[in-house]
Amino acid sequence: MDPEVLIDYFPRYAEAFLLTVRLGFTGIFIAFVLGIVSAFFMHFKVPVLSQFFGGYIEVFRNTPLLVQLFFIYFGLPKIGIATSAEVCGAIGLGLLGGSYMAEGFRSGLDAVSVSQTESALALGMTGGQIFFNVIFPEAFTLSVPAIVANVIFLLKETSIFSAISLMDLMFTAKDLIGLYYNTTEALFLLVVFYIVMLIPVSVAGNLIERKVRYKMFGA
Amino acid sequence: MGFEVLLKGSNMARLLSGLGVALKISLISVLISIVLGVILGSIMTLKKPVITFISKFYLEFIRIMPQMVLLFLVFFGTTKALGISMSAETASVIVFSLWGTAEMSDLVRGALSGIPVIQYESSYSLGMTVGQTYIHVIIPQIIRRMLPLSINLVTRMIKTTSLVMMIGIVEVLKVGQQIIEANRKSSPNAAFGVYATVFILYFLVCWPISILSKYLEKKWES
Repeated sequence: MDPEVLIDYFPRYAEAFLLTVRLGFTGIFIAFVLGIVSAFFMHFKVPVLSQFFGGYIEVFRNTPLLVQLFFIYFGLPKIGIATSAEVCGAIGLGLLGGSYMAEGFRSGLDAVSVSQTESALALGMTGGQIFFNVIFPEAFTLSVPAIVANVIFLLKETSIFSAISLMDLMFTAKDLIGLYYNTTEALFLLVVFYIVMLIPVSVAGNLIERKVRYKMFGA
Repeated sequence: MGFEVLLKGSNMARLLSGLGVALKISLISVLISIVLGVILGSIMTLKKPVITFISKFYLEFIRIMPQMVLLFLVFFGTTKALGISMSAETASVIVFSLWGTAEMSDLVRGALSGIPVIQYESSYSLGMTVGQTYIHVIIPQIIRRMLPLSINLVTRMIKTTSLVMMIGIVEVLKVGQQIIEANRKSSPNAAFGVYATVFILYFLVCWPISILSKYLEKKWES
């Protein structure tokens, strides 16, 4: 391994790293919102909306992100829905993640026992108060392990962005290998940057999981 | 809308055979993963420090790395570092088996260590031999715990193998690309129809499998 090559490549990887992280977290944010909304409709069996989101969850959970991105990026423009690669990446990741997050949140909501709602009703709380002050916090706590696993999964999935020619870490590595043939250095930096991105998230996730396990209540 | 391209000539058949390529790779990898995963998972329950350390390192590394990175490491890395030139198919089977084995072994370890000691002790006190205990008591319970999760692994494997087009294997997406390129003049909107079809094909393959997995999980929950 040639240290000079590593130094030479470093800025390009750093730039790609920032893009990956930015798109990754945008996608995860979309996934979070979408997941909570769909889990809400699914859990309370809201007519029409629960069927719609149920269908969405099944479709996106059972297809690969690569295929989803190809469809959104290359297919949709043909019927007049064109977006930039960055927006596509974030939306694609958000849609995929939303379906996984929804399952996580829903199992959390389902696990909150009925007696919690009944007790809250007996205390004279309104429907909104019960959901936001009692059910949601408990369900969220119960879903933490699933959320952590999904966040890591989604950050890993960002490597697929390279397929729609976003200059992410994967694309940079492939590009550099093709241009200069310094395969070892290019792959080494690729692994290092993914470790730098994923290990802190994984460690933080473990800490949060441990913390909420002690605070578990009402389950 | 571009669906008409698929009716021309043997385009649909080509697309399906592309899907077959991806499914073949996932099937081979799943079979290897199950065998190696069961072995590794059982070894991990022995709690030997060295084995625990090595298997933990292997598990963590494989699980933290995106599969695409692993694919590149094996496909391009080995060629450069070891001078072995392997086909893209071999590289992808190796990568997906490494990944599947990691996932599978963790499931096996979890299932094995989840069985309370009482189960073994009760069987022995009933006069069963070690072999009988495993065949009649332990293994049936493990299969019930493992089967839904292993079936789930199959759908994850199928979804992951779509990545092989990135190292140049001609699978369903690549065939789709070729069809779109070849018909650029006659049907400029082919991209919509072809990619929508690929999308639907993947869904039709994975959906029944995940329904089966969910059904078994519910049935054996207790």
